[in-house]
Amino acid sequence: MDHVVLLRGAVALTGRFPALSGVDLKVGPGEVVAVVGANGAGKTTLLRVCAGLLPVSSGEAVVLGVDLRLDAPAVRRRVGLLGHAPSLYDELTATENVRFALRAAGLGADRAAPALERVGITGRLSKTVAGGLSAGQRRRVALSVLVARAPELWLLDEPHAGLDAGARALLSDLFTEAVRGGASVVFSSHESGVAVAKSDRLVTMSGGRVADISSGGRRAKLAAVGEGGSHVA
Amino acid sequence: MWRDALLVAGKDLRIELRSRVALWQVLPVAVLSLILYAFALGPVRHTLASAAPGLFWLAVLFSTVLATQRSFAIEAGEGTRDGLRVSGIDPAGVFLGKAAAVAAELAVVQIVLWAAMTLLFGVHLRTAWLALVASLLATIGLATAGTLYGALSAGLRVRETLLPLLVLPVLAPVLLAASRAWSGALTGSVSSGVSWLRVLGPFAAVYLVIGIVLYGPLLETG
Repeated sequence: MDHVVLLRGAVALTGRFPALSGVDLKVGPGEVVAVVGANGAGKTTLLRVCAGLLPVSSGEAVVLGVDLRLDAPAVRRRVGLLGHAPSLYDELTATENVRFALRAAGLGADRAAPALERVGITGRLSKTVAGGLSAGQRRRVALSVLVARAPELWLLDEPHAGLDAGARALLSDLFTEAVRGGASVVFSSHESGVAVAKSDRLVTMSGGRVADISSGGRRAKLAAVGEGGSHVA
Repeated sequence: MWRDALLVAGKDLRIELRSRVALWQVLPVAVLSLILYAFALGPVRHTLASAAPGLFWLAVLFSTVLATQRSFAIEAGEGTRDGLRVSGIDPAGVFLGKAAAVAAELAVVQIVLWAAMTLLFGVHLRTAWLALVASLLATIGLATAGTLYGALSAGLRVRETLLPLLVLPVLAPVLLAASRAWSGALTGSVSSGVSWLRVLGPFAAVYLVIGIVLYGPLLETG
């Protein structure tokens, strides 16, 4: 598989209006791509298209080697999506939420505890209902679902928003671990500084189109601290 | 599909047990409506007894709307619906699980309503098996049709008001057939009661199959 994400002239509509107007994008295996742009630029729509949640009305859209127009559900099972609002049930505990997500994916519920521990949700917090957790803690729980599921493609919508320094560092580590495990990461951000630092490639969107593609600084930073990266397509 | 159905039903019921919305809202509304009907009809025991099956199933019908709305409110939160779609769960399993959870809640509602009706209206079942079979088929029909129409209205802004408008006319055959079957069970006229099971059975079967087939596309477009 040359490309984890391959979009050519992809058009996606929200209602009657095009939220993506002919997007061309390639994401290689093991690549971390940041998508930046103003509100309404099409960042979230792009992620939803890549997750197989929003159909493309024209153009080509192939994710993980699967044509989204032919079998979007097959793609959904292989991607991990962290939306702007974490997909958690308020009345279930952190552990129950992760266990539900794992069982839904046909995976063992025993992965829940290590994943929660990895994101710092331990002890009393893991037994607290999601509705009783802070926004940052909820985001950590949602991240633990991705950690436990280990999807081939991580799609994260504004994952750095509302996170403290510790959680941001954790997120960077998780990106690195995911890439090391063979996954690719696409995340959106409002903060261009964060996006440059945490990505291999920066995709700037405007008006539903890709306006610019430039290099990110993640690989250089990893090289500086002596950690190897994976190849960039 | 069945594994997913069990998973979703377990999740929905656990959430209901924690939130107690069914306990504190659906059940009281059902019992209250039964009491209000009794007030409206007056204290004549004979009138109450003859109207009892219809009033019972009318209360169950309104409970179905509330339980279905609640079932979809669980996934109304931003991101939860998307989460379910990317979870890998079979949509048919989601449908069966949600319908099973609604059916379980309706079963509890019916037990409480039956106790209240016995107390308020002084009615007693003469043919219990007929009432049980009618309840089982009607509950399946109400839960499956309610869940299907709940999914249809779930993505809409006006879902709270639209769902009763959509689902109540559709559920009218269940109200009629279950009331007549229960009337037969109360009076002991088995043959007339059994004939209404022929409406309840196919209704439940049709909505079960339609739900399994159509829930996936509904989840996609909602």
